[in-house]
Amino acid sequence: MDLHFGDSKPTDEERAAIDALLGPPESAWEGASDRTDTDLRWARGGRAARERRDLLLPGLHAVNDRVGWISEGALDYLCRRLTVPPAEAYGVATFYSMFAVKPRPATVLHVCTDLACASRDSASLCAGLEARLGPAGTPSGAGVLWEKSPCLGLCERAPAALVIRAGAEPAAEMGPGKRLLGALSGGDPLPGERTRATAVIGPATVDSAILAATAPETAPEEPPAALAVPQAGQDGLVLLKNIGVVDPYDLDDYRSHGGYTALRTAFSIGPAGVIREVKDSGLVGRGGAAFPTGVKWQATASQPDHPHYLVCNADESEPGTFKDRVIMEGDPYALVESMTIAGYAIGARQGYLYLRGEYPRALERLTHAIEQARSRGLLGENIMGQGYDFDIEIRRGAGAYICGEETALFNSIEGYRGEPRSKPPFPVEKGLFGKPTVENNVETLVNVLPILTMGAQAFAAIGTEKSTGPKLFCVSGNVERPGIYELPFGATLGDLLELAGPPERLKAVLLGGAAGGFVRADELDIPLTFEGTREAGTTLGSGVVLALDDSVPLPRMLLRIAEFFRDESCGQCVPCRVGTVRQEETLHRIADRTGAAAAEDIALLREVGAAMKDASICGLGQTAWNAVESAIDRLGAYE
Amino acid sequence: MTAPAMPRNSSAVPLGLPRRLIEFTLDGQEVRVPEGSTILDACRAEGKDIPTLCEGDTLRPKNACRVCVVEVEGARTLAPACSRKAEAGMTVRTDTERARHSRKIVIELLASSVDLSTTPKVAEWIKEYDAKPDRFGPDAARLNEEPRVDNDLYVRDYDKCILCYKCVDACGDQWQNTFAISVVGRGFDARIAVEHDGPLTESACVYCGNCIEVCPTGALSFKSEFDMREAGTWDESQQTQTTTVCAYCGVGCNLTLHVQDNEIVKVTSPHDNPVTHGNLCIKGRFGYQHVQNRD
Repeated sequence: MDLHFGDSKPTDEERAAIDALLGPPESAWEGASDRTDTDLRWARGGRAARERRDLLLPGLHAVNDRVGWISEGALDYLCRRLTVPPAEAYGVATFYSMFAVKPRPATVLHVCTDLACASRDSASLCAGLEARLGPAGTPSGAGVLWEKSPCLGLCERAPAALVIRAGAEPAAEMGPGKRLLGALSGGDPLPGERTRATAVIGPATVDSAILAATAPETAPEEPPAALAVPQAGQDGLVLLKNIGVVDPYDLDDYRSHGGYTALRTAFSIGPAGVIREVKDSGLVGRGGAAFPTGVKWQATASQPDHPHYLVCNADESEPGTFKDRVIMEGDPYALVESMTIAGYAIGARQGYLYLRGEYPRALERLTHAIEQARSRGLLGENIMGQGYDFDIEIRRGAGAYICGEETALFNSIEGYRGEPRSKPPFPVEKGLFGKPTVENNVETLVNVLPILTMGAQAFAAIGTEKSTGPKLFCVSGNVERPGIYELPFGATLGDLLELAGPPERLKAVLLGGAAGGFVRADELDIPLTFEGTREAGTTLGSGVVLALDDSVPLPRMLLRIAEFFRDESCGQCVPCRVGTVRQEETLHRIADRTGAAAAEDIALLREVGAAMKDASICGLGQTAWNAVESAIDRLGAYE
Repeated sequence: MTAPAMPRNSSAVPLGLPRRLIEFTLDGQEVRVPEGSTILDACRAEGKDIPTLCEGDTLRPKNACRVCVVEVEGARTLAPACSRKAEAGMTVRTDTERARHSRKIVIELLASSVDLSTTPKVAEWIKEYDAKPDRFGPDAARLNEEPRVDNDLYVRDYDKCILCYKCVDACGDQWQNTFAISVVGRGFDARIAVEHDGPLTESACVYCGNCIEVCPTGALSFKSEFDMREAGTWDESQQTQTTTVCAYCGVGCNLTLHVQDNEIVKVTSPHDNPVTHGNLCIKGRFGYQHVQNRD
């Protein structure tokens, strides 16, 4: 490949950040500054470098983490190191909202304005920040850039904010109480260099947000993950039993609470046995699509093409969803163990954990957990002396909802723009790197542990006939005790809201997040099962239950949903790229109208919505009109 | 028995083993196509016209514009005819209300945001599907791009770009392997650009013009065509097309010279050429001035 690279050079920080990830360049062909005699004799790099294309996204992270934005010189150097065409790398860098290709302040304050935070008055927070720091998106004098952000997955602490300060990775031990992003690439700090820091604030006030943005390293400690689980410590929990009970940093504590018995069982019954158990348990995917997990595993396990890959989809970004974060922060070893079991069942030796870029604490805890498991022979070669090799690599997302779509996620890991692929072929046949791949959501995977410890029959006895097992629900909005609740399938919406303390004047409930649908306050007897919600003409989705009282006008909520989809559309197909824009424009037009004055625009919305649902490539466009449609038809919005 | 559809990109000399025929139902008729054919191949073999934009006869289907959607029985959503392979026993309907509705909306969404004035056939489709791009109102967001004139050979007028990815694919691993352009940004703000969104002259572009060859909307055009359109002198009815052989090297690429008023105004290359498939290099594409130097 004869690629053209620009003349711009990286700064010392940028070069150090990239070299810390990729190692020093072997020759001037790869961007080393000194040309040696051997460089003149033959060109190295080429093919070997191209095979590392999947390090493009980690490389962009390395620069962005260290400097705060990605300059031409940094991008060109990264491209030389990986033999990636600069145009393509630029296309990738501009795809993700956490990256910038123009200079910006080192500290970025992300303020969530999505549904759960909007219902808890993020509007006042934004107004206050605007008064103090100037309009969103413009650098303030204080060296801070504040931005409105899609859901940060901190809904139980709404309104929430996240501070990320770029800088060199401080040399520090990982462990409890460390708020800095551990185990990042980036290399040692240069003399006098700023250090990287993050802080999560919730519920945020104008003062606490600005204070954290000015000095993220001194911001108050985040509350333990268990605080997001009102049921923590109660008897009878299956998926949440360890949260608040087991120390997330202590592998021994995890093992003394029954950890790694499921993996032992898996080794004793063999891969086919694991798949049989998972199939018999009736487990279906918890990410929203509800596909039978055992069927997926079997289909991948039986593919003759090798290697097989396991991908854990932890790119949790559906507005209102935070269950996976709570599991990863509160019980990280459970995910490591269940990924090992899934990898064993499908014949994979490599697992990828694609983690949302906005989850610093989950990243730090999972990194720690994976290292601990590796050092104790629970990951790596010959796990538990059983002759099975498996390892897990964490890949960070960088702010793109679409990367939660399974094939977009593959493209993202491979170093391409996170655009969904056409299906067929399906991932079980051609997935990550074109190889047979199982991709499962975090909650789906951790369900495998109880299936193996209690047995498929006992697991299937929980819940209803068609929706088996326990289910996590993300309750947020105007309730007294927002958080993650575990209930067996079959409980009604009313039962769940009763636990969380419903608002006095409940107006509507959004099920399944922005891609889900609204139900009325008089529909609380809907059973929270896949079949029950389907019968009621709505969806369970990823388990979002967002309760709304009458404090926020419905048209404003709908506008926020439309804005979300417009922002997050990847732009690949026309129905979604332009349709989401037209949907938002139309909702703007009728924000203050009702009845006949809105009728024509509602008809237009229906027409565009039908085409988005029918003709979009992936689930994003196909569901972008669901919530608006349900608000019109079920809640009588604009009547 | 109906004749089997010729596979697309078929060379003049058929090569390889004959392919198995598969049978499926297309608009109520049993049709047989060689295995591996798309629904669109089958439609074309049957003489059915389905609108296409991002589909290119020399490129792998990108399946981005969604104007060719058809209804496949049993599927939750519509399927793109250009890329969905025909499967034995499937039932496909191309002209249902549902499929026509989506095509109409796609045409409306494009026509309301992009300048389609030089896109062939779009005016016919707007009429056929009764599309009304104006109904999104005068404030409907448009691309609002200015033509980028940064070199003497070709112009990038991204106000006419429907983001079909064909130029990116032609510049990348499907033909040219230069990788000078990519889609950058996201969603409605996504555009085609070179690295750092700079001018072409600072990019990896080698000016082969193979992106112009595949552009379906005229967003990419010869500078000569762009200038004549600006001046109002571009007139295809006054043009002749002469296919000849490029004299620069020994490969023997075919050139089609488009001539108006005894001046070459642009150069294309036949897509059915079994060697070059419509691709040229900078010399064949743009190096024609010596032919018409008159002093």
